[in-house]
Amino acid sequence: MNFSGDLNLAFPELILAGAALVLLVWGAFSPKSTAALGAAAVVALLGAAVAAATGPLGRAFGGGLIADQAAVFAKVAIFVACAVAIPLGQRWFERRGVNNFEYPILIVLAALGMSVMASAGDLISLYIGVELHSLALYVMAAMYRDDAKASEAGLKYFVLGSLSSGLLLYGASLIYGFAGSTVFSDIAVAVQGQANTGVLFGLVFLICGLAFKVSAAPFHMWTPDVYEGAPTPVVAFFAAAPKLAAMVVFARALAEGFGGAVGQWQQVLIAIALISVAVGAFAGLAQKNLKRLWAYSSIANIGYAVLGLAAGDQQGVQAMLVFMVLYMVDVTGFFACLSALSRDGRSMESLDDMAGLIKERPGIALAMTAFSLSALGLPPFSGFWAKYYVFKAAIGAGLGPAAVIGLIGSVVAAFYYLRLIKVMWFDAAPGVTDAPPAEAKWTGIVLALFSFPVVLVALTWIDPLARAAAVAFGLKA
Amino acid sequence: MIGLPHYLAVAAILFTIGVFGIFVNRKNIIVILMSIELILLGVNINLVAFSVYLHNVVGQIFAMFVLTVAAAEAAVGLAILVTFFRNRGDISVDDASMMKG
Repeated sequence: MNFSGDLNLAFPELILAGAALVLLVWGAFSPKSTAALGAAAVVALLGAAVAAATGPLGRAFGGGLIADQAAVFAKVAIFVACAVAIPLGQRWFERRGVNNFEYPILIVLAALGMSVMASAGDLISLYIGVELHSLALYVMAAMYRDDAKASEAGLKYFVLGSLSSGLLLYGASLIYGFAGSTVFSDIAVAVQGQANTGVLFGLVFLICGLAFKVSAAPFHMWTPDVYEGAPTPVVAFFAAAPKLAAMVVFARALAEGFGGAVGQWQQVLIAIALISVAVGAFAGLAQKNLKRLWAYSSIANIGYAVLGLAAGDQQGVQAMLVFMVLYMVDVTGFFACLSALSRDGRSMESLDDMAGLIKERPGIALAMTAFSLSALGLPPFSGFWAKYYVFKAAIGAGLGPAAVIGLIGSVVAAFYYLRLIKVMWFDAAPGVTDAPPAEAKWTGIVLALFSFPVVLVALTWIDPLARAAAVAFGLKA
Repeated sequence: MIGLPHYLAVAAILFTIGVFGIFVNRKNIIVILMSIELILLGVNINLVAFSVYLHNVVGQIFAMFVLTVAAAEAAVGLAILVTFFRNRGDISVDDASMMKG
């Protein structure tokens, strides 16, 4: 393929890269026009989503960039999640007197990194994508500069994130050396049937690095601290799109590069999945801070997504994609609601703060109830369908015992979701809450409507799209 | 004669020192930034050694990308460290423990 054809395949990325540069210059010359700049960033993200959905499919730059059904599926979800995060975060910062024009630009850069991850066809583009989105996220965690907790969260995220990038990179270097190439399709030729020890060593490092990025246990230790310290709308962003991008690149590396050695990575993934579910369920029981609580909830939920991937076939990857998209809606919505709540100007973050919320803010309390029931996996909420796909795929691939352990974990985790609902509905309110800002409240309520009635309709088109995406990874049916 | 195994051994040692530097170090966050650089440099030695051994230039290209990203990473890390220092007036590791549990 010629160079212009290659550029054509990378059109969504080019839109975002161009937009980020233009917006940065714009912001530098007129730092006051943050609202217009944020709107322009949203337009660029939605434009990139349209370009990804309607653009040509194929491989570009010597296999380094893959535009296939899976990349399109992930990119559209990622760009939309990023576009939602911009108004949510910008208004939150404005109310606290922080008028940074950089916030939407960082989101655009993070979206560019995630888009490269979703399309990565070799180890170099994988690494560049992971780093580009991580560097933007480190800055966003520490962006509320006057808050000691936020800067500590940023620092912890940076140190552990860099360590995980180092692990990932060391694994990539070993895979390059022992398989002789960085392109996934060439690696697949080298590891056909049986991977040699050097490649396996590299693969284990690569899996550890990516498990850090998706915050799967035992590499989850940064998650609760970062979620607690970072600004709430930033957490709403963190917990959604980057996780999907990392899971997609995880699936891509394993399926395209190591599809011939499924037996060798399946065991590792099952272990990671079950440890994540257990850690998320049990450690969550002791949490009083809702952001920490949902950090553990996200660890448990990533465990289910990894379990889907561990099935090692098309149904498994499809289950993982459906699960991640539905989970993104829940977690974004929950943190949007949380960012809308404050009492006497102080953010409400602990479990006790939520007492009696149903009487004062019925809309937000109902939305949070829906998200909790959904994350718990109660039918007919979206979380139930997500888990249904995962367990079906796991049992279909002969991972029955693992699915049973996953189910037990979800019963244990039910305790903390139900406790939150009980506090909101039946405890006495300690005082009056401030009027919630419109954009956060309505984001929460609209996403809550998605997680119950709309999901039933939405699944009829998410299901075939996710199946087409899963087929693109080329695992066995 | 110095061959591939020697280079890989040096890289592995540097990598291990870097990882231990992050976990064992109890003093100061600058040391952690240095440890991260050490990890990335260990990886670069790996990449260049493999590149020469395989007669394949991709490893050296990869190493160039890693160098560039390492510079960007250090810049971001130091910037975050500055905001941390402004809030606390200290950069010792034990200090970074407002949040626990």
